[in-house]
Amino acid sequence: MTPRAIVGVDVGGTFTDLFYYDEAAGRFQTGKVPSNRGDEAVGFLAGLKGFGPVAGLASIVHGTTVGTNALLERKGARIGLITTRGFRDVLEMRRRDRRHTWGLWGDFVPVVDRDLRLEVDERTLADGTIRQVVDPDQVAEAARALLENGAEALAICFVNAYANPENERVAMEAAAAVWPNANVERSSGILPEIREFERTSTTVLNAYLQPVVGSYLGKLDRALESEGFSGRFHIVQSNGGVMSTATARRLPVRTALSGPAAGVIAAAAIAKEAGFPNVITGDLGGTSFDVSLVVEGETALAAQTTIDFGLVIRTPMIEISTIGAGGGSIAHVDAGGLLQVGPESAGSRPGPVCYGQGNTRPTLTDANVVLGRINAERPIGGALKRLDVEAAKAAIQEHVAAPLGLDVMAAAEAIVRVADGKMAGAIRLVSIERGHDPQKFAAVPFGGGGALHVGALIKDVGLRGALVPRYPGVTSALGCVIADIRHDQVQTLNLSLANLDAAALDRRMVAEAEAAREVVEAAGLTVSRIDTVFELDMHYVGQTHTVAVALPVSVESGTTGITTAIIQEAFEAAYRTSFSRLLPGLGTRIVNLRTAAIGRRPHFDLAALAPGADASLEAARLGSRPVWFNGAWHEAAVYARLALPVGAEIPGPAILEQPDATTVVDPDLTARVDRLGNVVVTRTGEPA
Amino acid sequence: MTPIDPVTLAVLKGRLEQIADEMDATLYRSAFNPIIAEARDACHGLYHATTGDTLVQGTKGLPIFVGAMAFAVKAVIAKVGREGGLHPGDTFLFNDPYSGGTHLNDFRLVRPVFRDGTLFCWLASVGHWLDIGGNVPGGYNPKATESFQEGVRFPPVKLFSAGHLNQDIVDILAANTRVPTSNWGDLNGQLNALDLGERRFSALLDEYGDATVDAAFAAFSDRAEALMRAAIRALPDGRYSFSDVLDNDGITDEPLTIALDLTIDGDRLVLDFSRSSAPAQGPINISHATTVAACYVALKHVFTEVPANAGCLRPITFTVPETTLLGAGAPKPMAGYTETILRLIGVVLGALAEADPERATAAPFGTINALSLAGHRADGSRWVMFSFFGGGLGGNPETDGLSHANNPISTATIPPVEILEAAYPVVFTQWSLRPDSAGAGAHRGGLGAVYEIETLTDADVFLLGERGKVAPFGVKGGQSAALNRFAWQTPEGWASPPMVSKVTDVRIRAGERVRLETPGGGGFGHPAERDRDALKRDLRLGYVTPEAAARDYDLTTGDEQ
Repeated sequence: MTPRAIVGVDVGGTFTDLFYYDEAAGRFQTGKVPSNRGDEAVGFLAGLKGFGPVAGLASIVHGTTVGTNALLERKGARIGLITTRGFRDVLEMRRRDRRHTWGLWGDFVPVVDRDLRLEVDERTLADGTIRQVVDPDQVAEAARALLENGAEALAICFVNAYANPENERVAMEAAAAVWPNANVERSSGILPEIREFERTSTTVLNAYLQPVVGSYLGKLDRALESEGFSGRFHIVQSNGGVMSTATARRLPVRTALSGPAAGVIAAAAIAKEAGFPNVITGDLGGTSFDVSLVVEGETALAAQTTIDFGLVIRTPMIEISTIGAGGGSIAHVDAGGLLQVGPESAGSRPGPVCYGQGNTRPTLTDANVVLGRINAERPIGGALKRLDVEAAKAAIQEHVAAPLGLDVMAAAEAIVRVADGKMAGAIRLVSIERGHDPQKFAAVPFGGGGALHVGALIKDVGLRGALVPRYPGVTSALGCVIADIRHDQVQTLNLSLANLDAAALDRRMVAEAEAAREVVEAAGLTVSRIDTVFELDMHYVGQTHTVAVALPVSVESGTTGITTAIIQEAFEAAYRTSFSRLLPGLGTRIVNLRTAAIGRRPHFDLAALAPGADASLEAARLGSRPVWFNGAWHEAAVYARLALPVGAEIPGPAILEQPDATTVVDPDLTARVDRLGNVVVTRTGEPA
Repeated sequence: MTPIDPVTLAVLKGRLEQIADEMDATLYRSAFNPIIAEARDACHGLYHATTGDTLVQGTKGLPIFVGAMAFAVKAVIAKVGREGGLHPGDTFLFNDPYSGGTHLNDFRLVRPVFRDGTLFCWLASVGHWLDIGGNVPGGYNPKATESFQEGVRFPPVKLFSAGHLNQDIVDILAANTRVPTSNWGDLNGQLNALDLGERRFSALLDEYGDATVDAAFAAFSDRAEALMRAAIRALPDGRYSFSDVLDNDGITDEPLTIALDLTIDGDRLVLDFSRSSAPAQGPINISHATTVAACYVALKHVFTEVPANAGCLRPITFTVPETTLLGAGAPKPMAGYTETILRLIGVVLGALAEADPERATAAPFGTINALSLAGHRADGSRWVMFSFFGGGLGGNPETDGLSHANNPISTATIPPVEILEAAYPVVFTQWSLRPDSAGAGAHRGGLGAVYEIETLTDADVFLLGERGKVAPFGVKGGQSAALNRFAWQTPEGWASPPMVSKVTDVRIRAGERVRLETPGGGGFGHPAERDRDALKRDLRLGYVTPEAAARDYDLTTGDEQ
């Protein structure tokens, strides 16, 4: 065992996926063990031990859903909030929204009960002036009251703290003095950005997760320690970058999309290496299809996400759009006679009809089984022996074919086409409708089901092709290994561009860059260099929404060299891209400064994943089976995907099987194995 | 007619909704005034070439416009029918509430889509502009007795003729507002949305063919009609009557009645408003078109599965006499139309609750509370802070009502305190839920809110609100919510308006405050049936005070323990 080995660990709901990489030897291994819900450390360690002694590992990078699940299932800690007099209900009042556009039912329960939200006398104005100084004794008293009421973590959120954090700072000091643990945080420390609800929600959800994520990481730390592990242990953040466990304990809210983000990072890296810098990743699960856009190798970040109604997290996250179409999505004909697939889902339990676990309403997976696209004799995951094709067929006959007056095969194909249409729509939303030319993009399906539908994605959206990674099932674990280290910061500035003091802005940018850099350096992973990137949120005076304006500057010799002209030009370019008209003559404003420090990891040579020289087309051939395409049965060749050699070219119709995924190659498409072992699917006759 | 297969139909439905959604999003992001950008007081869609009927609407647009926009397109079709001269590249602009508008602030842009030289359908955009002149900044003049006191009125005019901007119109617009930049920004935002919609829709037509898309439009309408008929059929036949009142019209302090006789007959529905009050002197009148649109909103909130297009209105007959305030004509003032449609929606919900209590929802808070504070900064520049405020939704068979929600006619979010304080010389001294504001019930209403605002300069105060005299009702034994309250500071203490929730000609001095307390929603089911643990939680969290618990829920002090 060499001390250069790094392991990526992605703990999902059902399985824990691992990717082991020995940097010195250029050797990798994958692993899959059952997750142990509630005590994830067990599966985590079992998986690690599969690669040999844990003590020999240099570092472990972890993608986790512990934070996500605690949020979705409302299983965070009991926490307290101290806020400005008159504002205890900001969290519960939200932005005065409602759950659905149509329908007036439903209520909202915030994560902090009203009796755990206490007010103190203090007030800062919008320009940063302190109108009323906070009294530390009042804060300490409030903190003690919350402790007595059982709070395990504390959030301090004062109005206008983004403009001047002084009152929050004083309050935090006073509260920390009486608080028995380190779970105390102020809103200006988490998100010094204007908008009190979003800032309070983010700060409160951070506190809500702190004890949960802290105890989870503590458990893992102890388990690793007991195995003699003395290397580095890191966590993937929602922004697709890696952070130290110390940062994760302080900012657990940044782990909300940890697992999916790692998958997107890996898909982006694989595609870039394979010559596809522009891709759309698609993760088809049991209930949903998650889509993310990668342009010129860069993932798109969203400033904010809503975990559930009223649970808003504002911190940069890889932008992942989700639609309710997954393998378990139920197909039915509605009262208006229209075929619908989803959003209702049979999930993985009871799951599709063909699982034989009690569901009788047909799902997308059932349609795929009936059409011969999924091998009924070799179900993915290994938990079931075989799938019940006849039961699936009967369900489709009853619920779709009969009401629509179609035969059962046409009905099954219709279900797949409607689901394809929804997936294509999700892809269109993030690509064409943002002005990207689909001909320049390839789809990268990962997870279990996406590769079944690549043909439709290519044809319906007009994509250049699809790239199926060699190990779709461990994409997220691989992402943990190759993700950069990243730290994001935001600061509201509220400056008019016309009267800009560029020198003052420069000093501010340099200081922000320095602070972000320090966090990345402290993480202690090997990096080849650290980049700092700046972005401004800007608008015309009078607008409330902003456009993101990337600044073409970096810190050199202690200055960014920023000027008003550079900003103006960058703003106009960004505005023109977003909207068709500029509004010359109107003033412009800088709302926020966003700073990110990115520690670039050493290059990971994906060629390590490529099939060996012993692979051959003949060895990979598994025979053939009838598969339904475009209204008729076709005899499709079936291959063991992992046994295919580099350069293999397989015309459709064909099915490529591997333990964790099935790739369907439509009759008018061709699959090729590239030098990294990826399967690239394109229209027959067109180059990859 | 080209036959269309069910699969293509399902795919096209998603594609078309996406186009309208994207138009909405484009305007929200590029609009200047927060009523569009934050409160989403806007809507986009595709409309039938000859009838103007709604073909497709965005899923996020302001609900009230979903029903109203068809009438706007019909107004343009009528004009073109009279005058001719429709060309590719034309774009009509108007805000006339009497021919397909709602109130003067809502500016509509309507653009034809031509295919091979023939009109195929219309694209339209509507957004609420901040100010269009009139006596009161923001347009909500509670004392208006004629449209002319509310702002400038545009009948349908060509903003663009065959692609050429008519600068005269732009100049007239700019000369008739207190905020020309804001309106110019919003107009450009709406044009951005139309440009984008046109590009996307043309691409879709190229891809699927005009005939297929046309067939899909027809199929969507038929399907919406079928779903609506199925929903009506599920209700018990009969005649159900319900009425509610508006406080006053801002001129004379007398209540005005909105009365509905709802008849369910098989798969048909008759909505008869004949027993409603006569047109009012003050600005709470609405047009026939707006009445139909508001009924549509109420029905859609109950029958959420029925899609948003004209087909769903086919099984419904409306009786809205011109002799009522729901069928008013020019030049009756209409700025406060929101108050009237909110009451009207409540009345429809109330009548449906009589028909089917299991699908009922108690009254939402029912007032927009259009509050305008205006003054001058130290440098002489004018400031106008204009916003709408939230309240509680009604209890329902499933849950308590939602606290601090937006109104059923809207999906508007409220601007954050910090954005308002950064933009205007105001300081909020309170922004909180209002205890005891919800109607008691087995499922109580959601809570209303308390907003208290200090102004840092002298300021004129205008408010157009309602529910000051008759509170949002409960259903199935549930109780009414609290009344709307408004007050302002004077050297002598707090003062309240004579017209309860309608205020004008009030000036406060720097450092003084105004205070708005909004209603919650009505309760659902008898309060005695409320789960006792839920009630104890209400007490612990201060949603309900001990006094109110004793009064409304019959909870004695001993029970609290």
